[in-house]
Amino acid sequence: MRLSGRVRRFGDNIDTDVILPTRHMVTGDAKRLGSVCFGDLFPDFAASVQPGDVIVAGDNFGCGSSREHAPIAIQGCGVSCVVASSFSRIFFRSAINLGLPVAECGPLAAVAIEGEAISIDLEAGIARLGEREFPIAAWPPEVLDILRAGGLVPLMARRLAETPGSDISSTENP
Amino acid sequence: MTPMTYVEQVLARASGRDRVSAGEIVTARADLSMANDITAPLAIDQFERAGARRVADARRVFIAAGRHAPFRDAAAAQQVRRVARFCADQGIERFYGYGEGMDHVLAPEMGLVRPGMLICNADSHACTYGALGAIGVPFGSTDLAYLFAFGDIWMRVPETVRIRFEGTPGTGVTSKDLVLAALAQTGVDGARYRAVEFVGSALSAFSVDERFTIANMAIEMGAKTGVMFPDAAVDQYLRDRPVEGESLPTVPVPRPDPDAQIAQTWTVDVTALGPLVARPHLPSDVVPADSLGGIRVDQVNIGSCTNGRMVDLRQAAALLRGRRVARHVRLIVTPPTAAIYRQALEEGLLATFLDAGATVNPPGCGPCAGWHQGALADGEICLATHNRNFQGRMGSRTSRIYLAGPLVAAATALSGSIADPREWLQ
Repeated sequence: MRLSGRVRRFGDNIDTDVILPTRHMVTGDAKRLGSVCFGDLFPDFAASVQPGDVIVAGDNFGCGSSREHAPIAIQGCGVSCVVASSFSRIFFRSAINLGLPVAECGPLAAVAIEGEAISIDLEAGIARLGEREFPIAAWPPEVLDILRAGGLVPLMARRLAETPGSDISSTENP
Repeated sequence: MTPMTYVEQVLARASGRDRVSAGEIVTARADLSMANDITAPLAIDQFERAGARRVADARRVFIAAGRHAPFRDAAAAQQVRRVARFCADQGIERFYGYGEGMDHVLAPEMGLVRPGMLICNADSHACTYGALGAIGVPFGSTDLAYLFAFGDIWMRVPETVRIRFEGTPGTGVTSKDLVLAALAQTGVDGARYRAVEFVGSALSAFSVDERFTIANMAIEMGAKTGVMFPDAAVDQYLRDRPVEGESLPTVPVPRPDPDAQIAQTWTVDVTALGPLVARPHLPSDVVPADSLGGIRVDQVNIGSCTNGRMVDLRQAAALLRGRRVARHVRLIVTPPTAAIYRQALEEGLLATFLDAGATVNPPGCGPCAGWHQGALADGEICLATHNRNFQGRMGSRTSRIYLAGPLVAAATALSGSIADPREWLQ
């Protein structure tokens, strides 16, 4: 998987209330959620995203609430990947589960500036800013499997197909 | 062989292994899977998108979809209606959709949370259950869909860190002050991806209800989960709460091993603590309450899964009894469950709040996450007994939220500006 776009800069401890305030959480629709992504603090952000843009942030990106609406909104507004020095655990899992690549790369996050060109080769584990190359932290094989499948839902479908009688409730057949 | 930590023992049992160690990835079976009015609808979307038809074990699912009841608009009502239908279709009997209260307080109150359990909840404050020695781990909605379909989920075994509370709490010091003091040391990501064990002699001075406040904020340190070793107070708490309806499977309670690997330890000197406040916009930006005197507040909120239990309401009411809140202050009290609401009514606490000039919300989360029942206008300042003070969380992006315990909240409501409760306790 190769991604390329422009850097969109954010700082440390970007929480999910900032990414997507609760009042919008009455839908799972990616386009609708994407249109209000970061809407309170950065009202121009969603409309300014060009497909492929990469969010680059500091420490603890996605901290706070478990709302999956936050990574859906980021995906829905056209962002292709989030690179940060570190991620909160729930956000990291949910993004991967949705097929939104998230990569840890402190050295890149320390120097990337708003608007510059960035490209990421997920299989090779390399991010590039212009001529400069940065290794991104390797994912565990379990995580890579989910990303390759395009998210957890396709893997669920696969396991359901492999599980005989998975459509039968255990409450009916104790 | 290296001895296992408390969390490793729970994850080994839940994944059917003799032993696990930090860093391993395991597939663990949840003893209880939970979601709420905001996270369940997305989980149902993903469940259906994957083509799943039946939940693996309806008896091990608990849905509290009435966190924000009564519903604020048609869209919110529609979401809960959908969740109700899903639970009915799937035979999920533990569905609480209107008026019972919010999950983190409701499930323990019903006796469903027991030591040694692995509880997976599509909500970040799942760590609250650690006060009873259960391992509560938060997930997103897609993970919950997976748990609905299969009853198990992949997890990385976290390394364990420790927060040690030593000493004796002085006048005006609540369990909220202990956890805020810990947050000041760990920061908002000091325990990221890790499990926190809360230990130390000071914990035994606090009731189980007060300990929930500490466990609740492990996520604010970035932790995957937080836990306290169950003691006689926990045994009594559980004896007082026999489970109604179908009981959950009994699980073994881990025995803490003194030689287990602890990656890092922080120590809080409880004797030296006074009442504390976290400033906007991070729960780790903690200062003494008396250093903020003169900061005028517009609103004070008492409630939430952090500080809405009987002990919290009693503490606040003790200061408010026979007094009126400052004229410019809106005091909002939100009991998290119907049982707490009823008991507060019977003990006369709700009358005390009303006499003091408060508004009492129906049971649930109230304004904590900015959904309804107490939003903030531009530039307004709120002091809340909640767990998060992120920018814009409770309304306008220019509003500011301070966090504190119930005594600081009551003293602040009376003073009209942030106050040290010790001035009012004399």
